[in-house]
Amino acid sequence: MDPYSKRKKELPERPPESTRPSPFPDEVLELVLGLLKSNKDRSSVSLVCKDWYNAESWSRTHVFIGNCYSVSPEIVARRFPKIRSVTLKGKPRFSDFNLVPRNWGADIQSWLVVFASKYPFLEELRLKRMTVTDESLEFLALNFPNFKALSLLSCDGFSTDGLAAIATHCKNLTELDIQENGIDDKSGNWLGCLPENFSSLEVLNFANLNSDVNFDALERLVSRCKSLKVLKVNKNISLEQLQRLLVCTPQLTELGTGSISQELTERQYTELENTFKHCKNLDTLSGLWEVMTPYLPVLYPACTNLTFLNLSYAALQGLELANLLRHCPQLRRLWVLDTVEDKGLEAVGSNCPLLEELRVFPADPFDEEIVHGVTEAGFVAVSYGCRRLHYVLYFCRQMTNAAVATIVQNCPNFTHFRLCIMNPGQPDYMTNEPMDEAFGAVVKTCSKLQRLSVSGLLTDLTFEYVGRYAKNLETLSVAFAGTSDWGMQCVLGGCTKLRKLEIRDCPFGNAALLSGLEKYESMRSLWMSSCNVTMNGCRLLAREMPRLNVEVMKEEGSDDSQADKVYVYRSVAGPRRDAPPSVLTLSGI
Amino acid sequence: MSMPLEHDYIGLSSEVPPMENSDNKFTSVGLNLKATELRLGLPGSESPDRGNGNSQLSIGAPNNSNNSNSCNNNNKSFVSGAKRGFSVAIHGGSVNWVFSGSAGSEPDFSPIAANAGKVITGSDSVTVNIDGLPQSPKPVAQEKKNQVPAVNGHGVAPASKAQVVGWPPIRSFRKNTMASHPPKNDDDAEAKLGSGCLYIKVSMDGAPYLRKVDLKTYGSYTELSSALEKMFSCFTIGQCGSHGVPSRDGLSESRLMDLLHGSEYVLTYEDKDGDWMLVGDVPWKMFTDSCRRLRIMNSSEAIGLAPRAMEKCKSRN
Repeated sequence: MDPYSKRKKELPERPPESTRPSPFPDEVLELVLGLLKSNKDRSSVSLVCKDWYNAESWSRTHVFIGNCYSVSPEIVARRFPKIRSVTLKGKPRFSDFNLVPRNWGADIQSWLVVFASKYPFLEELRLKRMTVTDESLEFLALNFPNFKALSLLSCDGFSTDGLAAIATHCKNLTELDIQENGIDDKSGNWLGCLPENFSSLEVLNFANLNSDVNFDALERLVSRCKSLKVLKVNKNISLEQLQRLLVCTPQLTELGTGSISQELTERQYTELENTFKHCKNLDTLSGLWEVMTPYLPVLYPACTNLTFLNLSYAALQGLELANLLRHCPQLRRLWVLDTVEDKGLEAVGSNCPLLEELRVFPADPFDEEIVHGVTEAGFVAVSYGCRRLHYVLYFCRQMTNAAVATIVQNCPNFTHFRLCIMNPGQPDYMTNEPMDEAFGAVVKTCSKLQRLSVSGLLTDLTFEYVGRYAKNLETLSVAFAGTSDWGMQCVLGGCTKLRKLEIRDCPFGNAALLSGLEKYESMRSLWMSSCNVTMNGCRLLAREMPRLNVEVMKEEGSDDSQADKVYVYRSVAGPRRDAPPSVLTLSGI
Repeated sequence: MSMPLEHDYIGLSSEVPPMENSDNKFTSVGLNLKATELRLGLPGSESPDRGNGNSQLSIGAPNNSNNSNSCNNNNKSFVSGAKRGFSVAIHGGSVNWVFSGSAGSEPDFSPIAANAGKVITGSDSVTVNIDGLPQSPKPVAQEKKNQVPAVNGHGVAPASKAQVVGWPPIRSFRKNTMASHPPKNDDDAEAKLGSGCLYIKVSMDGAPYLRKVDLKTYGSYTELSSALEKMFSCFTIGQCGSHGVPSRDGLSESRLMDLLHGSEYVLTYEDKDGDWMLVGDVPWKMFTDSCRRLRIMNSSEAIGLAPRAMEKCKSRN
């Protein structure tokens, strides 16, 4: 008899919900749901019924919190009792560009205190744009005996002393990943604090640090850690030192080199070449600080299986890039500096048919004298050669509507299109028209578009297009664009899946802000700075929508009625109580 | 080096922060350079008394309540410190111009006739930053805090590169790293000497980007000026085409000549000492020896240049 019909027999009528026996015992349900890894799936599952909600809560081990103020650590702990891994994001993204005051908040300490009591078995902590002090790092190191993985991206508030505390006390550390943080580099021998018998490290990334590390300690560490898969050193590690490290680590899959600037003898060069020949498992290569390009060929043997090449700190010229790319047949992701110019990008188009992601960073973003970098021609060349391209971040000084139209025609699968024409409000340089049609083409053609950053001279028409066509858009970044409230209203009204909207220096005012009243609860956050929004508009928003936190950052000396910087986000934790004086919390009245 | 209040044509005053920059040669106190000071203003107008003995070329850009970006109707005038910035006020009444006022050396003339009324905030006139000079500001209306000192503190005078706060959107780590290790770039020098060529940069007020010319390929001022005309005619077409100035249709060579030699533009150059001079006053050879940079400048801003050129030439000889 099949189980299903048997169950049917056991449940002849439909008893009231509270007494209906569950077809699965809780433990089974938890086991099954425990196999779900995707947070989206888990969210859906938790909405099915109370049993499933509970089972999901009990079986979840990883929680991702996109805005640390949207919820409190107590609420998290109450709902998910068995968390072992936490990812937290703090400040609004524009804090990366100095638009958020120093002491804004997003301090990890209050979370750690709750976690120490509720999740003493915590193993992983990944933080982005949070403030992390040395005291917090020490607290972390001392209170979580099972702690394994720490990843800090774009955080601030700590120094190498904090790292020393982690190294000293975390006996089970497998991952230490310190990326692009505002770190107070006091030097010191934090690396040497790792105990002599310590060997569990799998990921070590200190590329961000400017000071020297104790090389001997590093060498010993690396030779002990047989499971080391990811090693990214800083620019103070020379080629020769790198070679000594690589000899111990043939199993590396991700390598971040130090500087490639040391003078090498012929023998040294050959030895280095041989070493790289043995790095056949590399799928990611980065670093290459201060690269002396004659030495680049040394890397070629290691590039056979590379899928991600990060040259964004290596000022290569086009030809050098071309030569390197010929050895990277499997490349999927490429980050470069615009020193490679259009010629270099042509080489990308010719050599990287599998390319999915391209990021071109400006080597000299603030120097307007320099007529260098990449133009629309480079981007177009890439689009002809790399039809699988779906993620692009492109900094340039000129662009045309026609070029963008061609690009998306070649590559209609863009999910992330971030174009930064560096001079604010610059039109199509050939026709002198606004860049409306460019972004219109993007949203019309790329139906899978999730993330869009616009730039150049843009009128409300751009936003009409966005609202009308970008139905899968989740993140939109706007700067120096638009002509009236209507633009923002189009976006808020049309982009049903919008989650994050960040706007600066646009002529959008209260009418625009308030048109999204209903929408903000379905979004993670809204940022508006240097727009036309007033304090009254913000107060009205706060009053109408009590479950939104409406925060205004005031600038010194600015008009009292203007809301210089506005940050609006949904929260179940209510208005925050740790805001500094420069941040006005308008909610909760 | 404090800058006096600039008069701006909207009736708002803006403060120009003092500028320190390593290239500024005008710090010699005691020279009465007032007479040759470049001033803001349309021909015939008086600029306010400068007061201090340091005349700087750096006439900061008073706020450009630019098109769509000046958000406040009460125009918090904003200035970002400029190394050498110029602004020209244009009455926006008859001319449907939209200036993306945040133009640095790359202003854009994008006439959006339909919206011109909307985008020009609150007043009849629009202060525009037309600036062909390098390292000029990208001001943003609104930010009282104006500039953020450039994060690159290594070997580059930070304040000279006036920037919009947080633009372009690049993380501090990257900015700091690139600043301390600038990519090898053979354009750091402003003139590439030796090797038989003499490349200098040419900017034109209103053009979106700079060009470069090799002075050694020309034998005379006439040759140079016709080459420049050819090079920059595309920009002036954009400017003086059907969009902008009402009374002109199309552009002929003679029209361009008028523009270059007539009332609209003058050709100026920066010499070895950092002084800006009118082109044509000194013998060609002397010119090529001392010219560091060229600029096609709005004639309204070139008041006071002419006399100095010859004086200086004499004093040198």
